[in-house]
Amino acid sequence: MALLEIKNLSIQFGGLRAVDDFNLTVEKGDLYGLIGPNGAGKTTVFNLLTGEYKPTEGVIKLEDKDITGMSTIDINRAGVARTFQNIRLFKDQSVLDNVKIGLHNQFRYSPVAAVLRLPSYFAVEKQMNEKALELLAVFDLDTEADTLASNLPYGKQRKLEIARAMATNPKLLLLDEPAAGMNPNETEELMEDIRFIREKFGMTILLIEHDMRLVSGICEKLTVLNFGRILTQGPTRDVLSNPEVIKAYLGDD
Amino acid sequence: MNNIKKTSRNNMGTIGMIIAAFVIVQILKTAGMINSQMDGLLVPLCVYATMAVSLNLVVGILGELSLGHAGFMCVGAFASAFFSKVVEQSMGTFPRFLLAILVGGAVAGVFGFLIGIPVLRLKGDYLAIVTLAFGEIIKNLMNVLYVGRDAAGLHFSIKDAASLNLMEDGEMIINGPLGITGTPFDANFVVGFLILLISTVVVLNLTNSRTGRAIMAIRDNRIAAGSVGVPITKYKMAAFTLSAVIAGCAGALYSHNLSSLIATPARFGYNMSILFLVFVVLGGIGSTRGAIIASIILTLLPEVLRFMADYRMLIYSIILIVMMIINWNPKSRAWIQKHRPGNVIRSRREASEAGKEGR
Ligand SMILES: Nc1ncnc2c1ncn2[C@@H]1O[C@H](COP(=O)(O)OP(=O)(O)OP(=O)(O)O)[C@@H](O)[C@H]1O
Ligand SMILES: [Mg+2]
Repeated sequence: MALLEIKNLSIQFGGLRAVDDFNLTVEKGDLYGLIGPNGAGKTTVFNLLTGEYKPTEGVIKLEDKDITGMSTIDINRAGVARTFQNIRLFKDQSVLDNVKIGLHNQFRYSPVAAVLRLPSYFAVEKQMNEKALELLAVFDLDTEADTLASNLPYGKQRKLEIARAMATNPKLLLLDEPAAGMNPNETEELMEDIRFIREKFGMTILLIEHDMRLVSGICEKLTVLNFGRILTQGPTRDVLSNPEVIKAYLGDD
Repeated sequence: MNNIKKTSRNNMGTIGMIIAAFVIVQILKTAGMINSQMDGLLVPLCVYATMAVSLNLVVGILGELSLGHAGFMCVGAFASAFFSKVVEQSMGTFPRFLLAILVGGAVAGVFGFLIGIPVLRLKGDYLAIVTLAFGEIIKNLMNVLYVGRDAAGLHFSIKDAASLNLMEDGEMIINGPLGITGTPFDANFVVGFLILLISTVVVLNLTNSRTGRAIMAIRDNRIAAGSVGVPITKYKMAAFTLSAVIAGCAGALYSHNLSSLIATPARFGYNMSILFLVFVVLGGIGSTRGAIIASIILTLLPEVLRFMADYRMLIYSIILIVMMIINWNPKSRAWIQKHRPGNVIRSRREASEAGKEGR
C-alpha cells in the first residue's frame, strides 16, 4: 500500500487547466521531488493535496483512505502537513508559540483548566513546551524560542515553518520551495535537516524545489510538471538526464 | 519557560492594576474624597471597561470587526432587568442580582452564537456588517416591545400596551419606548469591580493557553491555522460567543444602575459601539490592559473637562489624537515597552546576571 496515491487529478481555473491528469504514487519513507518551470502547477498540486482547492476531477488517497474533497483541517488530521512558498507564519507570536499551535491537536486540556489555571494546564503546557523545544532544536531554533516569528531572518522562518508542520505529527510532509531565499550555506544546512527528520522520524517527504543542487542532492525520485501536465517521472538521475526535462527548463528560462 | 513567565507576568500586571485601582477608590471613598458626581461614575466605568475587555477579545485577539457590541450590552441589560422585575418579590437581593447577571450574559451569548453561526464561517468582513445591523435592530426592537404580567402569566406584543389585554391587577414590565422602569437598584462598585476582574482574568488566562493561541493563529494567518489542523469556525464561534456573554454581563450591571432603562441611541446605538471600538484601538488593539485604560480615560475625560464648557469636545478630540499618536507611533511604542515597570526591573536583573557571567 502506497502512502500517497493520486489518480487523474485535474483542476480548472476558468479557461486554465492548471493541473491536468496528474498521477503520483509516494511510498512510505520516500524523499520525493516535484519540479518544473514557474507556473507549471506545482503549488496547485499541494493546494489540492491539502484541501485548499477542490479538484475538478481525480482521487487522492492517503494510506488507501480517500481524502479528496476533505477540509484542510481534516486532511491535516489525517496526516498531511505542509509549508508555504510565500511564508505563512503566525507573525505576532513567538517562535515557540508557532510550534505549539502546530501541537494543537497533539495535546489537550479543557478551556476551563486554562481559565482556572488547574494543574492539568501547567502539566500539559510543560509537555507542549518540551515537545516544541525538541522540534525547534532539530532546526537549531531552540535558542530563539522567545523571539517574535516575524523577527527571524528569512532562512530561519522557512525552518520554523517546517518545525511547525512537523509538530502536527504528519505521515506526509509537503515542503513548498524550502530553500527559496536561502544562501548556499543555509541550503546545505537545510538539506542536512531534511535528511535528519527523515531518518529520525521516518518521515515521508514530498518537496517542490527549484534549487537543483538540493533536488539532486536529497531526492530519490522526481516528477516533472510542465504546463500542468506530467513531463516525466522516475528515479532522480534518469529524470535529470532526460533531454525533454532539460529542454523544458531551458526553454522556459 | 521564559515565554510563559513573561506573558503571565504581564497578565498579573493587568490584574494588579485593576485591583490597585479598586483599593485606591475604596480608600478615597472612606476618606470622603470622592464627590457624588464621581461616585455616580464608578459603575459606568466598570461597565465600559468590561465592554472594552469584551470587544478587545473580538477585535484584538480574534481579529474580527464587530460594529454592534452595544447591541449585546443592550440584550444583556434588558434580559437581566426583565428577569429581576419578574422575580423581584420572590428572591433576596444577592441571589437575584447574581442570577440576573448570569441571565444577561447567557441571553447575549445566545444572540452572539446565533449571529456567529452563519457569519463566522465566511471569509471576509461580513461580521462587521451583520453586527452593525444587529445593534440597530435590537435597539429598535426594544423600543416596540411590550411585555406585561398579570394573574394569567406573561403577555407579549410588538404593537402597543393595550393589545397585551392585561387584567386589572396586571403590571407592565417592558413598556415599549418607555422601556423598563423600577429595576431593582442592585448594582454597585464592588459588583462592577468583580465583573471587570472576572472578565479580565477569563480573557487573559484563556488568551495565554492552547485555546488563545489557536484564536490568535486564526487572526495571524487563517490558511496556516487550517493547515496545522486548528478548527477555525469552532474557535471563532467560541471567542465571539464569550465576548457576547461578557458584554451581556456588562449590560446587566448597567441596567441595575438605572431607574429607567430605555433603548435610546445614546445608550445602545451605533455611536456607543464605535466608542467601544475607540477604546480598543486606542488601547493598542489586542492589549486588554490598554483597552481598559483607554475606556477609563475616555469615560472620565468628558466629566473632568466639564468646567471647560464649550471647549470640552475640542479638548477631548485633541487628547484622543494625542493618545492615538503616543500609542501607535513606533518610537513611542518602543519607549513604552522599554520603560514599563516590569520590564525595567527585568532588564536590570538581566544586565546584572550578564555581568556575573562575564566575571
Ligand atoms: N486560485 C487560482 N486561480 C486562478 N489561477 C490560479 C490559481 N492558483 C494558481 N493559478 C494558476 O495556475 C498556474 C500554476 O500555478 P502554481 O502556483 O501552481 O505554479 P508553480 O508551479 O507553483 O510555480 P512557481 O514555481 O512559480 O511557484 C499559474 O498559471 C497560476 O496563475
Ligand atoms: Mg509554487
